[in-house]
Amino acid sequence: MKKRKIFITAFVCVVVAAAGIIYAADHIDAPAVTSKPTDITDVYVFRGQNPDNLVFVANTQGLLSPSATADAKFDEGTMIEFNIDNTGDNVEDLVIQCIAKNGNMRVYGPSEPKVTGTISYLNISDLSVQTAITKYGQAPAIGEENGIKVFAGPRDDPFFFDLVRFRQVISGQASSFNNPGSDTFAGTNVLGLVVEVPKSLLGSNNGTINVWAESKTATGSTSVN
Amino acid sequence: MKKIFQYACLASLIVLAACQKNMNGEGADASKAGGVPPQKEVYVQGDQMARPAINTVFVGTSRKDEFNTTTPSAMNGAFYNDFVSKLTSFGYTSNILGLDKNTFASVLVTDVLNASTTGVTSFYNGTEVLTGRALADDVIDVELILIFGGATGASNPGLTSDHVNANDKAFLASFPYMASPH
Repeated sequence: MKKRKIFITAFVCVVVAAAGIIYAADHIDAPAVTSKPTDITDVYVFRGQNPDNLVFVANTQGLLSPSATADAKFDEGTMIEFNIDNTGDNVEDLVIQCIAKNGNMRVYGPSEPKVTGTISYLNISDLSVQTAITKYGQAPAIGEENGIKVFAGPRDDPFFFDLVRFRQVISGQASSFNNPGSDTFAGTNVLGLVVEVPKSLLGSNNGTINVWAESKTATGSTSVN
Repeated sequence: MKKIFQYACLASLIVLAACQKNMNGEGADASKAGGVPPQKEVYVQGDQMARPAINTVFVGTSRKDEFNTTTPSAMNGAFYNDFVSKLTSFGYTSNILGLDKNTFASVLVTDVLNASTTGVTSFYNGTEVLTGRALADDVIDVELILIFGGATGASNPGLTSDHVNANDKAFLASFPYMASPH
């Protein structure tokens, strides 16, 4: 169960009969949809405030209520990896690997992956920047080295979508959206990861890159590489 | 003799400890020091994402996990028929980009986020098409219009917007761009 789709099952509509109010319930639900550190909720890539930079965002652990946010942690065994194809073949030529360690978020690359595909090795020698992971309620801690910036910590979920109504439409329970709609993600947080990189490090020849984010989990097994 | 054996045991323990250190991915690169090749920890994919809601809409429940662990270059081969079928079930014929069903399916099925390294980055703003994804982009409405809006964008008016047009908190002009948590 991954990403936004997992929340489908989470939106059990609880009818509070006395009040006649319908709640879209997101944190009363089955263990299967408990936010996991491997669940990527959204990916963003956009031009930075400095137009010579590109910003990569990958959010995890969606639908955090404010009361649950302080306890949400990046998993030290989970790498969040931005994959960048700069040749147009949808195979990663560069990766930006981010992994939490001892309260810091470390960023490796962008650099060439040892292998492509669903298995990765940490590019240990390519550490470019790190920062303390910002705690809930504190001002953002920002790491900046080698022209690369990083932030990691709880943020408002930037996604906005009437997911509850969407599910009803897709399943045939409703024939159209409501107007106005209701933002299912209003008032919720995510664990945000933001990395800003000079475009000059992305090696694009034709002015376009293709990006996707992956979460990869340490297996405990090793290989010579 | 006994002592030598003890030393040997000790030495192998030290070697083991050194290996262990490399195994957890945090040790020095032994190959650079002229030692044994480094053992590096294997990371295996759990999840994958690029464009919003693609897997949600187009991939059936039984194949969602599979989609999340299929590399983008293999998605077209593995899932193209699923995407065509889904568009057929939506009554899709064309959209404002003029893409016929098979072409649109082939665009959607390779789930990568295209991003411009030279110009404006936007999911769709009337001029730029798939040149990135900014925080404020109403990506859901864009996808709904492309799927349900037909050649003019005016078909199925009840299905082309969820009428949630902006985030509940303002974004920041500068790094880290996302709004502070609730």
